[in-house]
Amino acid sequence: MSENTDIGHGFVPSGQLQLGVFFQGVNSGTVWKAPESGSQTDFESFRQLAQTAERGLFAAFFLGEGLRLREHQGRPHALDVAGRPDAQTMLAALAAVTNKIGLVATQNTTYNDPAHLAHRLASLDLISGGRAAWNVVTTDNAWTGANFRRGGYLDHADRYVHAEAFVQTAKRIWDSWEAEAISASETAATWSAPDSIRPVQHTGAHYTVDYEPRLPRTAQHRPVLFQAGDSPEGRDFAARQADVIFSAHPGLDAALIFRRDIVARTVAAGRGANEVQIMPASEFILAATPQEAREKQAWVRSLQIGPEQAIAYLEQFWGRELSGYDPDGPLPDIDPVVEETSETRGSGFHGAKARQLADQWRAEALDKGLSIRQFVSGKTSRADATFSGSYTEIADLLARYAAVGAVDGFNISPWLIPTGLDDIVNHLVPELQARGVYPTDYVGTTLREHLGLPLPQRAESSATLSHA
Amino acid sequence: MSTADHPRTGFLALELDGDGAHPAAWRAARHAPTELLSGVRIRSTVLAAESAGFHVATFSDGPVGPAGSDIAARLDAVQRAAFAGPITRSIILVPEVDTVFTEPFHVATQLASLDYVTAGRAGWLVAASGSEGEGAAVGRSAVAGAGRAAEAAAAVEVSRRLWDSWEDDAVIRDVDSGRYLDVDKLHYADFETDPDFPGEGYSVKGPAIIPRPLQGQLPVVAPAELLADGLAVGSPDSGVDAVLVTAPSLEELGEAVAQVRSRGAVSVIAELDVVLDARGQRAKERLAQLDAQTPWPSNRSRYVGDAAGLVDFLSELLATADGVRLHPAVLDVELDELSRLVLPELRRRGVLAPSTPETTFRALLGLGQATNRYATAGH
Ligand SMILES: Cc1cc2nc3c(=O)[nH]c(=O)nc-3n(C[C@H](O)[C@H](O)[C@H](O)COP(=O)(O)O)c2cc1C
Repeated sequence: MSENTDIGHGFVPSGQLQLGVFFQGVNSGTVWKAPESGSQTDFESFRQLAQTAERGLFAAFFLGEGLRLREHQGRPHALDVAGRPDAQTMLAALAAVTNKIGLVATQNTTYNDPAHLAHRLASLDLISGGRAAWNVVTTDNAWTGANFRRGGYLDHADRYVHAEAFVQTAKRIWDSWEAEAISASETAATWSAPDSIRPVQHTGAHYTVDYEPRLPRTAQHRPVLFQAGDSPEGRDFAARQADVIFSAHPGLDAALIFRRDIVARTVAAGRGANEVQIMPASEFILAATPQEAREKQAWVRSLQIGPEQAIAYLEQFWGRELSGYDPDGPLPDIDPVVEETSETRGSGFHGAKARQLADQWRAEALDKGLSIRQFVSGKTSRADATFSGSYTEIADLLARYAAVGAVDGFNISPWLIPTGLDDIVNHLVPELQARGVYPTDYVGTTLREHLGLPLPQRAESSATLSHA
Repeated sequence: MSTADHPRTGFLALELDGDGAHPAAWRAARHAPTELLSGVRIRSTVLAAESAGFHVATFSDGPVGPAGSDIAARLDAVQRAAFAGPITRSIILVPEVDTVFTEPFHVATQLASLDYVTAGRAGWLVAASGSEGEGAAVGRSAVAGAGRAAEAAAAVEVSRRLWDSWEDDAVIRDVDSGRYLDVDKLHYADFETDPDFPGEGYSVKGPAIIPRPLQGQLPVVAPAELLADGLAVGSPDSGVDAVLVTAPSLEELGEAVAQVRSRGAVSVIAELDVVLDARGQRAKERLAQLDAQTPWPSNRSRYVGDAAGLVDFLSELLATADGVRLHPAVLDVELDELSRLVLPELRRRGVLAPSTPETTFRALLGLGQATNRYATAGH
């Protein structure tokens, strides 16, 4: 490998990896057409995946969030899995049937109230014995806002200003009870020690909070904070506030570049070089031999992007119906009818110049001799996010990530529910353990302990008003 | 149901909040205050209630306190019910959820999700406190009277529309056509508050982000005072399905039940505080000791006495009410007595509905299959 592995700023690779599992619930990455594809909503699917992950000593079980159903050409998008439970409600239920694994809820800052969300996350953290985390996202579009009282009230430019004030308020709420606020015995004079709970006030541009926090600190003091959002503002926000980044840079070179960037931002924010961990989103397609893995990958891809998905994908960029085109033929020769692209709403992409993009794609497909389906499959399943190969090959590759400190772990999106982790837990995990880069047992009971994160410092005194 | 040989049967609900309904209950609990806020505590109380034969567990929410002498903390009610879901089989799990200061879209999603993790054993106890403190937490002002009822009614309507916004068979997984969903079976909720809505109006687009709940529509339970302020007892699957009734005294409770029933409520649930003889002490003494620590303000009628008297009282009450919700003074103590002496005797007398594994809240309330407001003929 030729990559420059120096990170700088005193960053020290831990030499270890953690795994998380991301039950996606939407998008084309989840195969629903295979005979073994299970329910996306039955509790049993969630239970089975979480318990398999726990058997494999995974640090965390993730749930995503999309607060409006995806649409294609003005109607709900029909071709991919869709419809998923509220993250925290599901995780509270999973807390009852798991013992160690961390429980991570993706929750939006734009369409929640800080006092309510902080309370619910603290509640999940207590119910699970210190296993909760919040994956902070800032999706702000007015299209999503149409489901909420407040509507699309927030400028895109303000999303992280708002998010940061929100997260700071949440931290103050989590830190508002003194460490020993609750009496240790039922014979004590009072249930809580006098003056051990401070109200939290915040007055800012976007909201006002005047709140008597209702929950004490948790076994891990407060929920772990993940962050997902890749803009420069998002990265700086993570460098200041987060414990872990759920990143979009899994390829080794890209991961190293991202690590350097995050370390520099973290140090600039006055924190230590190792204080923010990185776990990229990733997909694993594994088998006993490289040849079998290649065949499996081709099969998975054919199920992820069928002919209908391939055409629908292009329609979003062309802005017109393309059902007359052969999915196994070349890209459409006609031009887009729109100026800006509008990818399936809710999939989290941005507009681009349509005609330019179409020209570029046609040239690319022609050059590589790709059909519509092959081309779209390549675009939707980012090659760098897929780890495909034999168990030993991939274990070697991951050990290399650990050695250079490119990432702290991987957040795996199974392409099959609920059995998509079985081969990873049965075959990859032992290979990683044999290479000394993966835990052989849970080291503690809280998510913070699994991740090797220190207990947090208390947030600034809640008497101070912050302005944002 | 009722025949000449068998009396009418009813159900029993138990409120599982904190250490019991009495503010000083924590002093008589069988655990340290530091052990209250945990999954372990939820597990032990809900399993005890289920094995005692209670049909329903409810979970209060909202502010507690003030901090100091008594309990000042409370876990989220939906999460407590969700945690209880996978570890129980028959007990119905009903969290209280506010309607005034919450986002109706989130509430609908959370409750639909609760129905999935409880295998169809979820309900919704509608709250609308509208208090100044709860408003200040989210930067809003107090809401009172008709304003509260209007917020509650709007939030219930939003949930009901969102729960119907996926028809039962919207997930088709049709490999031939490549479609996971039949888009014709998804519907926009397009809710808008009325022009004369007393608060700040709003709209909710939909569809839901989760398929239709397993029960189709979760049963909605509301306190009678919200009905008095204008929340409607609907036809089935609109408005409220069951009403909680309070009265200032035991003697007036039966009459209050009858009154609400005459207004057309589908189910009527009587509210009752309970203090029993226990641990070799008379109920009266136990209550006096607790009251000496902290007075117990409650708008519910209260039974204070022995188990046999409670059995008689409940037998009579269940002849008119569909169910009774008990608020135990001290959860650990009262639940022991209820489970040992009260529920077995009520069962022997045949006044309790059977508790059935894998039942639904709709089945317990005698609600049929929920029709879908959006389902079109021909589907
Ligand atoms: C790997 C990854 C996963 C994400 N998952 C979600 C999600 O489930 N729900 C969501 O609303 N946003 C999700 N996002 C975050 C949004 O993309 C982000 O909040 C938004 O794009 C604004 O941030 P940005 O401009 O910094 O990208 C994810 C982001 C990344 C990188």
